[in-house]
Amino acid sequence: MDLTVIWAFIIAFAVFAYVVMDGFDLGIGIIFPAFEVGDARDQAMNSIAPVWDGNETWLVLGGGGLLAAFPLAYAIILPATYPLIIIMLLGLVFRGVAFEFRWRDPDHRAFWDFAFTAGSFAAAFSQGMILGALLQGVEVADRAYAGSWFDWFTPYTLLTGMGTVAGYALLGATWLIWKTEHGAQDMAYRLAKPAAVVTLALMAAVSLYTPFLDSQYWTRWFEMPNILFAAQVPLLVLILTYFLFRGLHKKQEAAPFLISLGLFFLGMAGLGISMFPYIVPDQITIWDAAVPESSQIFMLVGVAITVPLILVYTGWAYWVFRGKVGTEGYH
Amino acid sequence: MFEQFDAVMLARIQFAFTISFHFIFPAFSIGLASYLAVLEGLWLKTGKQIYMDLFKYWIKIFAVTFAMGVVSGIVMSYQFGTNWAVFSDKAGPVIGPLMAYEVLTAFFLEAGFLGVMLFGMNKVGKKLHFTATLMVAIGTFISAFWILSVNSWMQTPTGHEIAANGQFVPGDSWWDIVFNPSFPYRLFHTLMATYLTTAFVVGGVGAWHLLKDKTNLHARKMFSMAMWMAALVAPVQIFAGDLHGLNTLEHQPAKVMAMEGHYDSYPDGAPLILFGIPNSEEKRVDYKIEIPKLSSLILKHDLNAPLDGLDTIPDADEPPVGMVFWSFRIMVGIGFAMLGIGLWSLFARYRKTLYDWPLLHKAALVMAPSGFVAVIAGWITTEVGRQPYTVYGLLRTADSVSPLAAPAVAASLVAFIIVYFFVFGAGTWYIMRLMSKAPKIGEKGVKSTETGPVRTAGIAPGPAQKDSPAFEPRPAE
Repeated sequence: MDLTVIWAFIIAFAVFAYVVMDGFDLGIGIIFPAFEVGDARDQAMNSIAPVWDGNETWLVLGGGGLLAAFPLAYAIILPATYPLIIIMLLGLVFRGVAFEFRWRDPDHRAFWDFAFTAGSFAAAFSQGMILGALLQGVEVADRAYAGSWFDWFTPYTLLTGMGTVAGYALLGATWLIWKTEHGAQDMAYRLAKPAAVVTLALMAAVSLYTPFLDSQYWTRWFEMPNILFAAQVPLLVLILTYFLFRGLHKKQEAAPFLISLGLFFLGMAGLGISMFPYIVPDQITIWDAAVPESSQIFMLVGVAITVPLILVYTGWAYWVFRGKVGTEGYH
Repeated sequence: MFEQFDAVMLARIQFAFTISFHFIFPAFSIGLASYLAVLEGLWLKTGKQIYMDLFKYWIKIFAVTFAMGVVSGIVMSYQFGTNWAVFSDKAGPVIGPLMAYEVLTAFFLEAGFLGVMLFGMNKVGKKLHFTATLMVAIGTFISAFWILSVNSWMQTPTGHEIAANGQFVPGDSWWDIVFNPSFPYRLFHTLMATYLTTAFVVGGVGAWHLLKDKTNLHARKMFSMAMWMAALVAPVQIFAGDLHGLNTLEHQPAKVMAMEGHYDSYPDGAPLILFGIPNSEEKRVDYKIEIPKLSSLILKHDLNAPLDGLDTIPDADEPPVGMVFWSFRIMVGIGFAMLGIGLWSLFARYRKTLYDWPLLHKAALVMAPSGFVAVIAGWITTEVGRQPYTVYGLLRTADSVSPLAAPAVAASLVAFIIVYFFVFGAGTWYIMRLMSKAPKIGEKGVKSTETGPVRTAGIAPGPAQKDSPAFEPRPAE
């Protein structure tokens, strides 16, 4: 196991942590309009108000980590998906300030609630499209992006964009099932099922589409011995799907969210199997893009010390705000 | 000023715009986080309600400021890659790890404890809550440490080697990279700047409420605390700035020449040009008012010391003089004005009229936003003064940019400008509205579930309070 592979795992972990943690924040934004103005919306907001900022920080680690560990990949992927990145960032701007502004300005709360939803949707959709754009491949020449401005806009990326929106909505709905009560929770239960159906359908569609993008994926998935590993992913997805619907049917509270996390994890694992060892498919391997060993070691020391600490105090913050948000809020 | 709006120029404007807007928020929140920690610490120590009231008053303002700092900061972490891909690829192995350390040691710390700080007052014990406040404050410091190390390395690069593929790679010692020659000066100067910025905002808000009601004990307390800060830190900051300037002279002489407006060399003592219009065509400063020999005295501590001018620098390596010259003067001017207010407040204390001198309060009110202007001017001085390089002397700005098309950069720039002015304009308005409410006994904090009219500023509707903003928003450019 060399340092470059370790760093690939660290970046993958940061991306995964971001996707699941900010995934439910963004998901709440996406399904927000379905909730009644007043108590239900306030509960939904309050369930993430203390943690969203920490969740979003994983995105900074993902971006910053990519620059630090694989600068060449960062320097290719960002220009390749330039407009998507800008849309994502502006979406996150609206989403982030909405948390504060909606309380500060009751007269315009409806507007900031809309900004919260629109920003969340834009960020989620563009993140999914960025992923799709990367999977379908980008043109590289001479250590730089060599494609055109709209290479990222294809039916495939629209599919990955929609899939991400639906997946986040599922995370958001199941999180609210766990954290809220009464009307808000009833609405979350009602939204979780369609969100799950759409998510799984789009996951299947993306999975069917992907091997036809590029021969590499076909080889990676369907030839021996890879198929032995690759085949486990859909199998596990089926098992989790069964438990997810069973949990929703039985009105379980924590299980649906945890199972949804599991589905995301499997999606990421499938992604990893598909891409490894490339960081820009078919163009740049993780070793091509890696920084020298001295940079890797210097950062690894930091990661080894800080990441466990981060997980501890982040866990503690979640623990402080455990249980139902309650109609009374944090007292 | 701009020969043409090509992709490089647009990318530079976009970076300047997004970083300037972003820095407004940390410039205030670094100092405010420390101030909040001091208030809560004093409350724990003395048990006096006034400190908790002030804590709850300012924490609402902090919450809004911090949110804007976070969202504008995320934009920054992607600015390097979108518009400056070549720079990212080349400098990534050196600056990437430093920025990764910033995320790992600062951003998570701030974000992780912020929730408890804002909403956890009744969920955790007093000491644990104070710990959370401290962690947020410490996080802001650590963040400044790493990002200023990155910026300083770009200004005064040391400790690196250049690899065969053109990348900057770490040499034998990370210590040399992190603690590069300009870093200690820049770090100290910037932290003092954030303290002064916050002191003048807090002082301005205190002054505003004293002008309305000089008996308000809460306003008195915040005004007094802020004026102590101004009186103590302003002179220290001027001294630190001078040292920082001498360090710049040593490592980036062309920047100092631009700051001073020295187009020509002065073999026997250079004048200090107080004001003038730099004329880059004719390479001279028009209409200048100057004090003979003073520049040599300041920079070389000798009236007759020779000083080189921009005539010794090839034209292609010169920074733009006009912007650097002016932004430097704005920064220094504000620094001395802050010192003036600080000394005036000491005199007022001596006369026992600190809370009873409307002219001082009006002056403090006018100076409330001055810190923001000064820090932006300071950053313009140092960043434009680094031109035409991104990594000083080693990588040119023109060679750092992504393979970009001008329309795409222009479109995203326009989008940033519209969104930023709208969103941060609204945020500034909300902050003003919070500041316009008088601090009082039994101040409510950030409560996340108070709904209805109570929530407007966390203050229960009292008998017809006037709801006008404290002062008209001024853009911080």
